[in-house]
Amino acid sequence: MPEFWINMGPQHPMTHGLWNMKVKVDGETVTDAKPEIGYLHRGYEKIMEVREFQKNVVLTDRLCYVSSITWSHAYCLAVEKMMGIETPERGQWIRVVALELQRIASHLMWLAAYGPDLGLLTGLLWALRERELFLDLIQLMSGARMNQNYPRVGGVRNDLPDNFEAMCRRSIEHFLEKVDNEYQRVFQESKVFHMRTEGVGKISAAEAINWGVTGPNLRACGVNVDLRRLDPYEVYEEIDFEPQVWHDGGAGDSYARFVCRFNELRESCQIILQALEKMPKTGPYRVKAPRRAEGEGYAKTEDSRGEALFYVIGDGDDRPYRVKIRSPVFCTMAATPIMLRGNKLADSVAILGSVDVCVGEMDK
Amino acid sequence: MSAPLIPNLFGVCEVLVLAIVWIIDQILYALAGLIPPLTGLAQWFDPVARRRLGMGPLGSELLIVLVTWLIAVTIIVIWATLINLLTMMWVERKFYSRLQDRYGIMISIWSLPFWPFNRAHRPTHRGTGYLQNIADGVKLLQKENITPRNADSAMFHISPVLIASSTLMIFAALPWSSGFYVANLDLGILFIFAAFSLAPLGILIAGWSANNKYTLVGGLRAAAMLMAYEIPMILSVIALVFFTGSLNPLTIVRQQDRPLVSFGALSIPAWYVFSPQILGFIVFSVSMMAEMERIPFDIPEAEAELVEGWTTEYSGMRFGLVFGFKWLRMIAGAALIAILYLGGWSGPVFVTLSVGGVPVPIVPEEAWFLLKIYLISIVFIWISWSVPRVRIDQILNIGWKKLIPYSLGAIIIAAAAIASGLWSVG
Repeated sequence: MPEFWINMGPQHPMTHGLWNMKVKVDGETVTDAKPEIGYLHRGYEKIMEVREFQKNVVLTDRLCYVSSITWSHAYCLAVEKMMGIETPERGQWIRVVALELQRIASHLMWLAAYGPDLGLLTGLLWALRERELFLDLIQLMSGARMNQNYPRVGGVRNDLPDNFEAMCRRSIEHFLEKVDNEYQRVFQESKVFHMRTEGVGKISAAEAINWGVTGPNLRACGVNVDLRRLDPYEVYEEIDFEPQVWHDGGAGDSYARFVCRFNELRESCQIILQALEKMPKTGPYRVKAPRRAEGEGYAKTEDSRGEALFYVIGDGDDRPYRVKIRSPVFCTMAATPIMLRGNKLADSVAILGSVDVCVGEMDK
Repeated sequence: MSAPLIPNLFGVCEVLVLAIVWIIDQILYALAGLIPPLTGLAQWFDPVARRRLGMGPLGSELLIVLVTWLIAVTIIVIWATLINLLTMMWVERKFYSRLQDRYGIMISIWSLPFWPFNRAHRPTHRGTGYLQNIADGVKLLQKENITPRNADSAMFHISPVLIASSTLMIFAALPWSSGFYVANLDLGILFIFAAFSLAPLGILIAGWSANNKYTLVGGLRAAAMLMAYEIPMILSVIALVFFTGSLNPLTIVRQQDRPLVSFGALSIPAWYVFSPQILGFIVFSVSMMAEMERIPFDIPEAEAELVEGWTTEYSGMRFGLVFGFKWLRMIAGAALIAILYLGGWSGPVFVTLSVGGVPVPIVPEEAWFLLKIYLISIVFIWISWSVPRVRIDQILNIGWKKLIPYSLGAIIIAAAAIASGLWSVG
């Protein structure tokens, strides 16, 4: 049978967003792959140059709508460094709680999308059911389910509500029980799931680093890299947690990526519980930020999908002179042809599901 | 030992036809008072007059036999598609919705948008959901039927007909009880398998003719899969034939309708699943799951990578036909498992009522058979919504490297059991 190209996208059940994965198949085997992006390009870096520093937070929320807070937080961090201001301590703790809640919600969205990629629609419904818990918590905290606009330059929008701590503990307790009893059984302990994920979509640690793969995808290759540990921002150095790194053999395959992300769900819950414990109960949560600033600010944070990087230059005006965004998925996407080659057509879905694509931030 | 509700489908249909003929006959006699030449026609239909004139019984006339056939076939088709297909779809959709922690379909008779159904202060979409599938069917009927420009139009349109008709053919030989069947063939099981394996041909035609890459890959997957599960399925039936000595479903069920071991009042029935056929039963069930194209093995229409597989280009009711008839094949597959291994319609009868001297069983054979069919189907639904889909090379591995050796092992075990006298034929 001659080889031919199949368009997996831009309108296709596999693509979680608007992009196109062209795969060249020989029968069922993928011999080549070519990601085509740009369908969702909105020109973020340019739009941000004409908006004031504080107003850009609204835009950065929409970089990735399943992981809004982590992105607007990275932007705020960069602007704060440029302005030379520091968030009050309680504000930093609140940010950590918000970031980890958002990380869990984002990972649950990934888990929910990964189920149908493998033909398991029950996983979708179950993961979205628990995601509601965390969206409710985020709504309690910020007032919105999506595009929260919560981190501000100099702190956060508002203080935590009174009953937040109790609600948070209750939801996490319920969630951890579901993770151990339901997700673990339907995904990790399923034999068919192992058949579909083990040994497919392999990428070596050296190649992953060369292509700029970061975050859980790089940790799945056995590289112990987590910016929350290596380059702590906010108050992460006061929190005791373990970056989820794959230690066993068979590193870099879909299963390793699944396990790293899956265990981060549990780890993030522990971080939130610790943060609620160690957080100062009262105090300011925001400082006044200057309207105009000059200088350079650079922040890199551990986003749900990898290293999110913001580089902001101010020229003394009330809006940035130049903004550079480094999206983790953009770099990971460049490495996907390496993961896809030699696998079966059906695996292309399982592999791309396991790297957790978010087109909003990839196309910027 | 239970009794069937319909002791003989043709007998019941003949009674029905003769009753209708009697009504028509009365109308004809009344008309003959006005139009005298109709008297002859009326007498032809009148059993009393026929006897007086020395003619044979009315039931043996070709016209009446044909009408009886027609009614019998119609009853089976309506019973299979209109009643059981809709119920099975409802059971599946409701069952997996509950599995996924949601309500599922809720359209019911109270959702109809006119009096007396839509009453004030009554939620319209809070019913049991049984009418959802009918609403979906009506929706599909209204949709446009699109043929892709570069498709092979003739083949594209033949394929759904081939799939639907071959699926209905299964029900010609599939009995629902010892009396409720259309045809009692000596090689009934073989006929059912032959009808079963026609559909993958239709899938291949559909995949090729639509001239689309997704449908092409889906169709070729169906062809590759066919060998992997048909061979172990037939081989495990061969193992069963060592025990039954027959391919007639009625005979096979009759053989299982006796106690194997008795503990006082309780007894284990002599179903073939409790015999050395257990290995064949497992192989048969797994292959049947592939035959039904249920989720661990539904790779020809893997919606994750192939959009909707070989059905991608179908629209409107043509899509409804190829999609909905999957459940009909599921009913047939579950019925086959019940007949071959789980005692078919045999089951205990608790009380028999006597209505005018005719014994009517409280729990008729049809009820036992339907109970088994739906329980088997629910197990299949349960499995298919709890596991991911396997890959094409993996199902070929499962078929060729696991199922075929196991089914050959089942044949050896069956032959050994017969040769050693552990189990006797029939």
